[in-house]
Amino acid sequence: MNVLEIRGLWKNFGKLAAVAGVDLDFQEGEFTSIIGPNGAGKTTLFNLVTGKLSPSSGTIMFNGKDITGLTPYQISRLKLSRIFQITNLFPELTVYENIKVSVLAKRKETSKIFTSSKNRGQADEEAERILEIIGLSDKKDSLCGSLSHGDQRLVEVGVALATDPVLLLLDEPTGGMGPEETDRMVQFVRTLQEKQKVTILLVEHDMGVVFSVSERIVVMHQGAVIADGNPDEIRKNDKVREAYLGE
Amino acid sequence: MVFLNEMLIMILFAISFNLLFGYTGLLSFGHAAFFSIGSYVAGLVLLHIYPSIPLAFAIGVVAATLAAWIIGYLCVRLDEIYFAMLTLAFGMMVHTIVWKWDRLTGGADGLVNIPRPPLNFLLFQVDLSSIASYYYFTLILVAISLYVLWVIVNSHFGLTLRAVRENSERIQFVGINVRRYRLISFVISGFFCGLAGALFGPFLKSITPSIAFWTKSAEPVFMSLLGGTKIFLAPAVGSVIFMYLKEIISGYTELWMLYLGAILIGFVLFLPGGIVGFLYEKLKGRRLGGLAE
Repeated sequence: MNVLEIRGLWKNFGKLAAVAGVDLDFQEGEFTSIIGPNGAGKTTLFNLVTGKLSPSSGTIMFNGKDITGLTPYQISRLKLSRIFQITNLFPELTVYENIKVSVLAKRKETSKIFTSSKNRGQADEEAERILEIIGLSDKKDSLCGSLSHGDQRLVEVGVALATDPVLLLLDEPTGGMGPEETDRMVQFVRTLQEKQKVTILLVEHDMGVVFSVSERIVVMHQGAVIADGNPDEIRKNDKVREAYLGE
Repeated sequence: MVFLNEMLIMILFAISFNLLFGYTGLLSFGHAAFFSIGSYVAGLVLLHIYPSIPLAFAIGVVAATLAAWIIGYLCVRLDEIYFAMLTLAFGMMVHTIVWKWDRLTGGADGLVNIPRPPLNFLLFQVDLSSIASYYYFTLILVAISLYVLWVIVNSHFGLTLRAVRENSERIQFVGINVRRYRLISFVISGFFCGLAGALFGPFLKSITPSIAFWTKSAEPVFMSLLGGTKIFLAPAVGSVIFMYLKEIISGYTELWMLYLGAILIGFVLFLPGGIVGFLYEKLKGRRLGGLAE
């Protein structure tokens, strides 16, 4: 079954077409990377899918529902989550609170003023579980803004994960990370896909990461998809070599 | 006790304002609107409809809450300076109405001879005519209100408000409708400001349009910044300091606003977390340092 179907998607900024007629389908549980040079339209594509931008034309279907033009919060409630290229968190809340608010959003308990201790306990447990998954249990009471860059990236993933997503869009999760942190993140994303069966779309500049984790690679150039296939096919594709890999 | 009574009312005003400012991240320059609506409506009920404090307060608070709903609904579409300017504009509209609607509000003279009828319980009455008894009545209502506000800021809802304050963009991507949360916060804030206003009329026994003027809206801003915006009771400390400073300085000069303004500038520049925020950091820092040794 297709989790995400994109049809004839365009986004124009003045005369520039940042996304120019993209058609893509993504299957449940699939791990796809989207690569391409800077300005190829990868982040814009993510922004269109998550409702941060609305498309100039085209449609986006998520789990059989037309989500074109919905607001970010409406789309997120359908269990489509993302992390941002530039770390985008709640700096003056603790790590624990960052995760907790996301857990509460999923449980639809964010407007609760009175909570039974049972519900409180369940939400706390879930938050603790996410903290364990991202490996930051020991830093849960630190203010998020005081963490290292790598740890903040993990909190980003944790916040996205706590909403229990069906589809997770990762925009350069290893951006600005050292090799050790990158390894940790890669390991983490892999486990995520294998164990939790989350469908993942990854935008990433580190080709080592892309070719080692992806089942499928989509190459974008100047807003359009120029190649789409498994890592071997992409490696051998002449158009890709010309436009991107061989630059 | 008169002074303390006014202080209690201002503490409630400041802390309800700070639910929106410190916890939700929205700076309102029009909160005198809800204070004065609560005050005028309760006063009018006491004067012209029925001399009952519970009835008057209930109607006053409902009116302030409704006003907060309508004004809030229009204001939460924007944030930052645009939000502040919109609330300021609405505040000035309310002031103009209070000022100009002579026949209802008494115009520049305001409402005079607001009664302070006894509280009627089934078996007994509580007389509120003395200063002391009204003080204790105020104390109880303010304490209950602060407790409710405290429960709110420490609830799941309160955490969500702080997340909205911290990053109103990111929170949408976990499925939160930011406008809705801002509006609810605005309305709760208006509710308690209305109650503070309702307490004010029978306390002074008269009210004038000055309580709707924009300088009244600036007072809770002042108090919150003085005390600190991110700790629940800090605006109360700010209120106490503000009231004392005002009392002392206005004893010497009519230009007390000038001196108070200078003090506030000093605070914003050198103690951005407010007095309580500053002390809290100091104590925490020292304690952590002690542990490290």
